[in-house]
Amino acid sequence: MAPIISITDLSKTYEGGFEALKGVSLDIEEGEILALLGPNGAGKTTLISTICGLVSPTRGSVTVGGHDILHEYRAARSLIGLVPQEIALEPFEKVINTVRFSRGLFGKSRDEAHIEKVLRALTLWDKRNNRNQQLSGGMKRRVMIAKALSHEPRVLFLDEPTAGVDVTLRREMWDLVRELRASGVTIILTTHYIEEAEEMADRIGVIDRGRLLLVEEKARLLHQLGRKELRLELGEPLDAIPAALADHNLTLSEDRMHLSYAFDSHAERTGMTRLLGDIASAGLSLRDLSTRQSSLEEVFLQLVREGREEERA
Amino acid sequence: MNWNAVAAIYRYEMNRTFRTIAQSIVSPVLSTVLYFVVFGAAIGARIDTVEGVDYGAFIVPGLVMLTLLQQSVTNASFGIYFPKFIGTIFELLSAPLSFIEIVIGYVGAAASKALMIAVIILITSTFFVDLHIAHPVWMVIFLLLTAVSFALMGFIIGIWAKNFEQLQLIPLLVITPLVFLGGAFYSVSMLPPGWQTVTYFNPVLYLISGFRWTFFGVADVPVGLSIAAITVFLAACLAVIWTIFRTGWRIKP
Ligand SMILES: Nc1ncnc2c1ncn2[C@@H]1O[C@H](COP(=O)(O)OP(=O)(O)O)[C@@H](O)[C@H]1O
Ligand SMILES: [Mg+2]
Repeated sequence: MAPIISITDLSKTYEGGFEALKGVSLDIEEGEILALLGPNGAGKTTLISTICGLVSPTRGSVTVGGHDILHEYRAARSLIGLVPQEIALEPFEKVINTVRFSRGLFGKSRDEAHIEKVLRALTLWDKRNNRNQQLSGGMKRRVMIAKALSHEPRVLFLDEPTAGVDVTLRREMWDLVRELRASGVTIILTTHYIEEAEEMADRIGVIDRGRLLLVEEKARLLHQLGRKELRLELGEPLDAIPAALADHNLTLSEDRMHLSYAFDSHAERTGMTRLLGDIASAGLSLRDLSTRQSSLEEVFLQLVREGREEERA
Repeated sequence: MNWNAVAAIYRYEMNRTFRTIAQSIVSPVLSTVLYFVVFGAAIGARIDTVEGVDYGAFIVPGLVMLTLLQQSVTNASFGIYFPKFIGTIFELLSAPLSFIEIVIGYVGAAASKALMIAVIILITSTFFVDLHIAHPVWMVIFLLLTAVSFALMGFIIGIWAKNFEQLQLIPLLVITPLVFLGGAFYSVSMLPPGWQTVTYFNPVLYLISGFRWTFFGVADVPVGLSIAAITVFLAACLAVIWTIFRTGWRIKP
């Protein structure tokens, strides 16, 4: 199936010369939840803003539903709903009028039933005649989402939907995103919380300093994370790995005092029992042993570090 | 054309107007009454007629124009500045809208409100003076052209302005003096010849003169020139707006 969004070599240099995006290419599949994970200033908002028409690209191209965002901007934009990072609402307007306005802007005819459905889904129906300024922060954020959903978009961008949001609201937001995905909407969310990407996404893209460092199925990433390391501290230094242990895929540390063994903790057989048996038969003495698992955070930080080193090289 | 969007913008803007209808109308009406008292009664007592027109009636077109210009510029500049200021402009930029639709929506609403108030002022003035409108169709054309072109100018100011001070600068520093010096309350022929020449460089003179002609059939400058002047101004504003949207100046990084 053709991707719903296709980004090719997208770059953005802001006035003043700052290069916020450096040749990003990415295909987003219809119906998926993609999390763009990256530290502050990575270029997440710039990427989203460029796709949505708020920022002019310097180079490269983007299509949404097969429509070029510059030449066929009407067709492209009518598929998109955007919830920006910052809450922006007219303070004196009523909630329901704000949402109706968004639907109108996207060229849709009035549909009170749909507006009601959206407001109910976001538990804003009782507040529909309140002025925006009378709402709590969480409600305001939901109004922003209601506006984006008012015109029935096929793709929803959520820029840091849970930044500065309390735990309960974050849970609610996650549930909502899952419901939306179930209804067939493609969702791209940005976040700098690793747990959020882990909780929500089908795929995770890691972005730093304007570069997309990796896009990977979350399951695959977690699989990589499932790799654990067993560290064995030896009683005496070892010159080489004994032949009896050769088929165990061990590595000897430089100080010759440690052996490490990598294994998949999710696998049915880790091979650990056999390894320990073979070590005992080989007559090696052990002083200590420990296991460690690399977290998504570590993988993320490592990716970012590698990306930066590569940039320097 | 995305007419649903134009309608949405127009309705939303008019909604704002009606939310504050009292203050929108009270203050222009009050100042008009004051102008009648000061200019009509005080000065009118010394000046009987200007070019055969009773002085009280003579200042009506100038008063209407003063209000119309101020209202068109202020409404339109505020209308587009406000979304920029509070950040809701993201929605205009991300919607499937062309700049033509954005301009029609905002400028249309700003001009409509200005026209409403201008008509209210016109009606208010009939309580003070007898008015006979010689060319009603042309009067409507003048009102429309003026409201639209100055709302366009207001739109430009709203996009240009980076803060509220700048937003108020042009109406205060430019529009009001130009109207006062453009013959709103006197005929240019009453000025010494040197000042007359200077006045001819004031674009607002052509507006007021043309508009006054639609009432009384007398004008400081030929009516054709008035129509031409306002058309050129309108075209210039459109060209500037077209450039703004093409380059994304002050709206799109
Ligand atoms: N309008 C702008 N002009 C100049 N620089 C900008 C502008 N917007 C963002 N930037 C810069 O671009 C970089 C990326 O910003 P942003 O896309 O907002 O990052 P993120 O959303 O990942 O935190 C930052 O260094 C930011 O300072
Ligand atoms: Mg951001």
